[in-house]
Amino acid sequence: MADLDQFRSETRAWLEANCPPEMRKPAEGEDDVYWGGRNATFKNDAQRAWFEACRDKGYTVPAWPREYGGAGLSPAEAKVLREEMARIGARPPLSSFGIWMLGPALLHFGTEGQKRHFLNQIARGEIRWCQGYSEPGSGSDLVSLQTFGEDKGDHWIVNGQKIWTSYADKADWIFCLVRTDKANKYQGITFMLYDMDTAGVSTKPIKLISGNSPFCETFFDDVKVPKSYGEDIPAYVGEINRGWDVAKYLLGHEREMISGADSSERGAGIGATLSRQAGGVDPVLRAELAMFDVDALAFSAMGEKFLDEVKVGKAHPAQPNMMKYAGTELNKRRHELMMAAGGSTALEWDSAETRGGAAPRNWLRTKANSIEGGTSEVMLGVIAKRILELPGA
Amino acid sequence: MPLYHTDDQAMLAETAQQFMAEEGAIAKQLRHWRDRDCKDGFGHGLWKQMAEMGFTGLLVPETDGGLGMGHVEAGIVLEEIGRNLTPSPFLTSSVMAATALAVASDEARGRWLPGLVAGESVFAVAIDEGPKHRPETIATRAERSGNGFRLSGTKDFVVYGASADMIVVAARTSGADDDADGVTLFAVPKDAAGLGHNSVRLVDSSMASHLTLDGVELDGDAVIGEVDGGRDVLNRVLDAGRVGAAAEGVGVARGAMDLTVDYLKQRKQFGRLIGEFQALQHRAAHLYSEIEIARAATTKAQQLLDADAPSASLMASVAKAKASRTAGLAVREGVQMHGGIGMTDEYDIGLYMKRDRALAEFMGDAFYHADRVARLSGY
Ligand SMILES: Cc1cc2nc3c(=O)[nH]c(=O)nc-3n(C[C@H](O)[C@H](O)[C@H](O)COP(=O)(O)OP(=O)(O)OC[C@H]3O[C@@H](n4cnc5c(N)ncnc54)[C@H](O)[C@@H]3O)c2cc1C
Ligand SMILES: Cc1cc2nc3c(=O)[nH]c(=O)nc-3n(C[C@H](O)[C@H](O)[C@H](O)COP(=O)(O)OP(=O)(O)OC[C@H]3O[C@@H](n4cnc5c(N)ncnc54)[C@H](O)[C@@H]3O)c2cc1C
Repeated sequence: MADLDQFRSETRAWLEANCPPEMRKPAEGEDDVYWGGRNATFKNDAQRAWFEACRDKGYTVPAWPREYGGAGLSPAEAKVLREEMARIGARPPLSSFGIWMLGPALLHFGTEGQKRHFLNQIARGEIRWCQGYSEPGSGSDLVSLQTFGEDKGDHWIVNGQKIWTSYADKADWIFCLVRTDKANKYQGITFMLYDMDTAGVSTKPIKLISGNSPFCETFFDDVKVPKSYGEDIPAYVGEINRGWDVAKYLLGHEREMISGADSSERGAGIGATLSRQAGGVDPVLRAELAMFDVDALAFSAMGEKFLDEVKVGKAHPAQPNMMKYAGTELNKRRHELMMAAGGSTALEWDSAETRGGAAPRNWLRTKANSIEGGTSEVMLGVIAKRILELPGA
Repeated sequence: MPLYHTDDQAMLAETAQQFMAEEGAIAKQLRHWRDRDCKDGFGHGLWKQMAEMGFTGLLVPETDGGLGMGHVEAGIVLEEIGRNLTPSPFLTSSVMAATALAVASDEARGRWLPGLVAGESVFAVAIDEGPKHRPETIATRAERSGNGFRLSGTKDFVVYGASADMIVVAARTSGADDDADGVTLFAVPKDAAGLGHNSVRLVDSSMASHLTLDGVELDGDAVIGEVDGGRDVLNRVLDAGRVGAAAEGVGVARGAMDLTVDYLKQRKQFGRLIGEFQALQHRAAHLYSEIEIARAATTKAQQLLDADAPSASLMASVAKAKASRTAGLAVREGVQMHGGIGMTDEYDIGLYMKRDRALAEFMGDAFYHADRVARLSGY
């Protein structure tokens, strides 16, 4: 306990010295976030300073072991760091699919060589990753995917198409589900890692309702993927043809992340701020805000409980699905109410005063929360079958 | 503090679960007493058994003969009470009245607490003065008289009031009806002259009193806490009641959901188990999520209350509002998914719906508490 108290005061002092004031407020939309990668640019000096300080301390991935680029914090210490960062409103120094998704999968399934090689790159923000799961015909029914890798001995030749690949045009590498055995639905998929600069990989951005184009169609045209990048560094995670196990494990983490269980923002009430900003709200809206705050504060307690239970292995393995469902539906409601309280100002699409229309763009972006990483309907199906054990169709 | 139960609490939960499922079961308690038109609405035998288990004195300090535990532990028992719809004065006696008596004089504690711990006394709490929970307004008057007080006024929704050996009454010793100050709590013994009950059976088969205080004469030592300064204690009693009712509500929700999910796994229509229909699966899964969240909010409120944290009041209202909404959803979905059979008295699911309705009003409904969340948040 005394050790933790000391850790807390050290952390507080470190944050005080290293977290610039500009980094102590929420990011203004997706392009105000640092994603790392080979072609990364910083939006401003504060963003760079904050990232570099965290990278050097291992705080981009505080709970990962030191030899893989983390700070090796215990779960209790990591919680203290999270609390102290939340206390001053510090943003994450680095946003990264490598941290949220690939990293946990490598920590669980990777070889020692893969961990040393890839995890360090991820922790240091050197390589930006994208996720090649969905295909035009395979969304919720992901396992029906068709992208095919033909076995050529020491390499595969990959052909096919992915869709909704977030930031594919900005990513350096892709973690990609590729069918390597056509006869076997579940046990015929390999989880491959390869460079987006490989010949035959091309991307085409898709414009979203928010006006942004954060994701792409991704095409693979005779892409040559080697089976290994060096001693003990296979180009696939887990076993060949057993990539579905890795994909499912990763989806668990993705859902946890999207649920926002870990974010203080998701659980906070909004009624006080919104009615102040709007100069008061009418009674029916106030009532909705109050009901929302009840749900948000209750969800916040659930998020805390969930993380506590995960830490000691008490959570049901399918519980991330419940968190994803509840957290994303709540976030959509939050932004509906923010639009309602904002009135006509929240409609402004690109004025300076509205920071480039952050409110309407964010509102539109949240609609994807209950689609990406598995839809709400799919989550409910998983809860019904795996937790309530209702009979399958 | 982690939001799951410690090993000791998990053990208590197991004990309470087993005890309530056996001794507090619907057939053995709720239906039994209801079908006999029992004037108490609960069984004194069970109350005695609960004392033997140590439940009655959970929140009573060890120096007063209790177990000196907290709201988390009381909530564990209440959740099982809710799951089994066990009629019991536990919430009013062992949670609310015990919270009030914690600040009472040595003499008052010595007079009342041993009976509670032994399961020989039951207590009620009289706060509301109308059909809705409005504890901000207290019109019942207590005027000084001799070395004591004279109480006049009426109280409503005094749960198990006519069966209680002592009723904690909130009355006004000074100021206007809406004032925060000027409130005093009194321990009113059942045989006090001028105390009258119009006891009525509620929709859930429990009994509640319309209480009349017609110049009830009390000694000075009937005062609990400070004269005129009772609002803080009252708020503590209310928060304890809210969080307790939330825990019981979570239990009601879980009981209703368990029955319903079991039914979905048994009933066949169109040649299939109805649990195979996605329309019902998704609603059941949504209900599960809501119950988990309500439960987490309730545990959080219990912990904050035990820690005497400043945010306990806000979280108490969050818990009561969330639990009420969730239990309401659980019983409505439960009856609907049972189809026609859910409308019959023979099946238990309807009993859950009735209990939920009474519990929803007890200590303030979801509307009251959402409003309170807004007020405490400054809007
Ligand atoms: C912003 C955003 C970012 C994304 N990023 C990525 C990414 O980086 N990489 C990647 O691979 N993918 C990504 N996705 C894709 C995402 O994972 C898919 O959109 C998602 O899995 C749903 O698939 P779909 O769009 O094909 O919808 P469909 O599967 O066609 O579903 C359409 C509708 O039918 C419902 N439905 C489908 N099946 C069932 C069923 N069995 N029961 C009940 N209802 C059902 C769905 O819930 C939905 O409402 C992203 C999506 C979005 C919106
Ligand atoms: C007060 C009352 C009066 C009545 N009076 C009469 C009368 O005079 N004469 C008479 O003949 N009948 C009468 N009924 C019976 C009534 O018509 C049936 O209760 C009704 O048709 C539903 O059938 P069930 O009760 O068997 O429910 P079930 O069919 O067992 O349904 C249980 C649940 O499963 C759901 N469910 C079933 N199949 C599906 C599906 N394919 N997809 C999704 N959900 C499904 C139902 O919606 C319901 O929620 C009465 C019922 C009541 C409650």
